[in-house]
Amino acid sequence: MSLKSYIVARLALTVPMLLILVTVVFVIVRILPGDPVLLHFGKQITPEAAEQVKHALGLDVPLYVQYTNYLSDLIRGQLGTSFSNYEPVSRQIFSAFPATIELTIYSMLVAIVIGITFGVRASRKYGSAEDTGFRTYAIVSYAIPVFFLGLIMQATFAVGLHILPATGRVSAGNIPQGADFMGVHIQTGLYTIDSLLAGNLNQFIDALKHLILPSLTLGIALSGVFVRITRSNMLDILNQDFVTAAKARGLKERTILYSYGLRNALLPVLTVTGLQFAALLGGAILTETTFAWGGLGTYLFRTIQAYDYTAIQGAVVFFGILVAFVSLVVDALYAYLDPRIKY
Amino acid sequence: MLLQVQNLSISYFTRRGEAKAVKNFSIEIEEGSTVGIVGESGSGKSTLGLAIMGIVPPPGRIVSGKILFDGEDLLMMEKEPLRRIRGRRISMIFQDPMTSLNPVKNIRDHFSEMLRVHEPNVSKDEGENRVATLLEELGISKERSRDYPHQFSGGMRQRVMIGLALILNPGLVIADEPTTSLDVIVEAQILELLKSLKRTHNLTLILITHNVGLIAEMTDRVSVMYAGQLMELSPTEKLFERPLNPYTQALLQSVPHVMASGQALTWIPGFPPNLLSPPPGCPFHPRCPYAFDKCKNVELQYTKVEEERTVACHLYG
Ligand SMILES: Nc1ncnc2c1ncn2[C@@H]1O[C@H](COP(=O)(O)OP(=O)(O)O)[C@@H](O)[C@H]1O
Ligand code: SF4
Ligand SMILES: [Mg+2]
Repeated sequence: MSLKSYIVARLALTVPMLLILVTVVFVIVRILPGDPVLLHFGKQITPEAAEQVKHALGLDVPLYVQYTNYLSDLIRGQLGTSFSNYEPVSRQIFSAFPATIELTIYSMLVAIVIGITFGVRASRKYGSAEDTGFRTYAIVSYAIPVFFLGLIMQATFAVGLHILPATGRVSAGNIPQGADFMGVHIQTGLYTIDSLLAGNLNQFIDALKHLILPSLTLGIALSGVFVRITRSNMLDILNQDFVTAAKARGLKERTILYSYGLRNALLPVLTVTGLQFAALLGGAILTETTFAWGGLGTYLFRTIQAYDYTAIQGAVVFFGILVAFVSLVVDALYAYLDPRIKY
Repeated sequence: MLLQVQNLSISYFTRRGEAKAVKNFSIEIEEGSTVGIVGESGSGKSTLGLAIMGIVPPPGRIVSGKILFDGEDLLMMEKEPLRRIRGRRISMIFQDPMTSLNPVKNIRDHFSEMLRVHEPNVSKDEGENRVATLLEELGISKERSRDYPHQFSGGMRQRVMIGLALILNPGLVIADEPTTSLDVIVEAQILELLKSLKRTHNLTLILITHNVGLIAEMTDRVSVMYAGQLMELSPTEKLFERPLNPYTQALLQSVPHVMASGQALTWIPGFPPNLLSPPPGCPFHPRCPYAFDKCKNVELQYTKVEEERTVACHLYG
């Protein structure tokens, strides 16, 4: 199979997967106790007015009709209108998305850098006290709740030491605006990039300062898995015959460690990166809430509180597509990095 | 003398105790000769080879002895000069070619990284020429040099391993069961190749094997190992003519039965000793038909029986 037809096949598999996800979410939001209309307008609303609102929101038809309407909207790429403020859900998601992406990228970076350096080091010092230290770190960082870690970070570096901001993505009124290139306005919504595009170093530093605590929080929480996987794969690889053979050829320790050890150990690490992506998004929701980070996590949190059916559904579908997409990219990357794999 | 191993002892310090994998082992290897190390599986042959390379894996450690290469004691050398000897002046061919190459590197990269690290002054072109010439001699076509290990058969991979062992013209090559994991036809091809390379490259070879037939076919001298100890050291011809040590006699008489797993099983009754708690005295005494009192409690000593022949056995004094 060529890589192309593999990707097509994978995409085809994604469709039923998403359909299941969509259905499950559709059912769950409707079983949840609570009435969106009452929640929205309070108990004072007259029954007639309530009926009218329900009609406007499409909630007055039988469930299966709601379901088929919803699906046919989805197929046409429409995520519907938010119950709470009548805005298109897709617009809300796209405006919240860059914040999450930015947090995700930096957190992943933190997790991978910590994971690989600690993991490689632990494998080199296998069985030593240092190794035990790294293993303990892996367990503790994995077990500690994200929001708790976030609160500790805030308490220490923002409230206690006053060296970093506690919440938000930028200081008030300091949103980077991107720049015009050949008549086209480029604005990614990733503040560290937009500030650089605009050539505004102060804004960049401001955005970076705001990023540090949340991305450290989420990155550390995820790093435990990476430390463990890197360490155990390195130990496994470094015991392989081809490493012994490489030593017998007089290659330098660095070469053996990296281009024999890590290069092979990274393949499973990459798989885990793909699998961790879902966990990363889950962690992002909690981290965003803790740090008042206006991304998808905060959005989802808010829509759940507001019983905003369409918005919840939209956000979850979006998360689903994102996870499917990332796992596809990871697979393709794996195939590229491992010469043994041919699709 | 190219290589002199003197009273070498190597142990694995495992959780369950010290396994003496090589005990008080000595051997001398002359330039241009092929010396065989033969013994049942677990007798310490590979450990000996790895020790000469300076890469005994933990928990293994060289406990005592000397390894003189060109008169210089490798065991006293610093890490870095020792690394520069590996692959360049002493190289090793391993048992399982299927797992001995880096899966993410193609064949050419295996060679070029070795040239780069050991002979940084050799130009890229010259290096590539040398690799091309050697690959041709090994029967690997040039077009395949960018292929990855998984695209080669076991026999071809072993050719690559042999090439990697020879590319820098080392003074000494250690081949640890180089054909054991290959099927019979490929084994014969690789043996032919080794023989012809021995001639054309004037190799000094240590051939480690449990296969008595290979010893007869390939070697000038042979040392017989049992439970980490040297049992007999002799010119190959004389050994087959008249084996002195009872263990050697048993080994030569044994017809290997091939079990379903492909492992050779000799007929010698009993089992090799557990190296964590070897029997006192001669390690072979529980299985030796000639064992007498002294064998059970007096450690083995070497006796020079005739010119070039040494035997460790209480029958000889
Ligand atoms: N990595 C290791 N850890 C512990 N013990 C080992 C290890 N490798 C080898 N040994 C011990 O050393 C003995 C000799 O092994 P080896 O040198 O591989 O023998 P051979 O090559 O003759 O089969 C084995 O019986 C085993 O008990
Ligand atoms: S020393 Fe004794 S037990 Fe050992 S081989 Fe000689 S006769 Fe047999
Ligand atoms: Mg062996």
